[in-house]
Amino acid sequence: MSQIPLTHILFVSTALFFIGMYGLFTRRNMITMLMAIELILNSVNINFVAFNKYLFPDKLNGIFFTVFVITIAAAEAAVAIAIIINLYRSHNSIDVEDAGELKF
Amino acid sequence: MSAYAIIFYLISAFILGTGILAVTTRKIFRAAIWLLFSLVGVAALYFWMDVNFIAAVQIVVYVGGIVVLIIFSIFLTQKAGELMPKPVLKRNIFSALAVLIGFALTCELIYEHGFTSIDQPFDVDVHEIGMQMLSTTQHGFVLPFEVVSILLLAAMIGCIVIAIKSKPEEK
Repeated sequence: MSQIPLTHILFVSTALFFIGMYGLFTRRNMITMLMAIELILNSVNINFVAFNKYLFPDKLNGIFFTVFVITIAAAEAAVAIAIIINLYRSHNSIDVEDAGELKF
Repeated sequence: MSAYAIIFYLISAFILGTGILAVTTRKIFRAAIWLLFSLVGVAALYFWMDVNFIAAVQIVVYVGGIVVLIIFSIFLTQKAGELMPKPVLKRNIFSALAVLIGFALTCELIYEHGFTSIDQPFDVDVHEIGMQMLSTTQHGFVLPFEVVSILLLAAMIGCIVIAIKSKPEEK
């Protein structure tokens, strides 16, 4: 069962986190930035489940945290897309560079 | 190397490869589809870790909900066939550098710590999850459950309020 050490799973989730981070840094389209955030949240979920399985197999806390994170991610995506569509209506673009009115 | 390990490495390679494609492809619709594959790969990783309930939730909520929502919003706001503009080279280089340094640092930390795992079977019973989720005793999760339900209600109302079309001004 424990042929794969926990660190390998942590390496995978770290790599996924930083892939999402790269997307967040380089993309300038709000929908693709939202996709990068989803990748980051997924890597965190992998961490929670892996820690629960390998370090505390008699408890379920990591599972519950994962469920709550997934729920909050869904709510966040819905609100973000409502904001994006509203922004598109008023600015005709969803590029972050075009939405600079709130910046200063 | 057993089949168990080989499956793990295959799933990880799948997740990371489709994840990289999702953040680098210049066609936005393809980015959404690559994201879909990456999320399915994460669900496969949960199946591999024997947490079937979380894998099912992952498929239902992410693949069935969030990705469909993202695809709808792409169709509402973008011309799906067009290429997105290339990111500026300087920003590309510096973010890649920052990400690589962060990745190296985190891997070093994980490697140095070297977690000692407990060899004990981990069985997640859905019945047990349900009992603990709604129990009010010491290890129950009923308070976060209720807080999350209020949050979902607030998010739903907030979406409607944000996305509602304002009436034209009466004169």
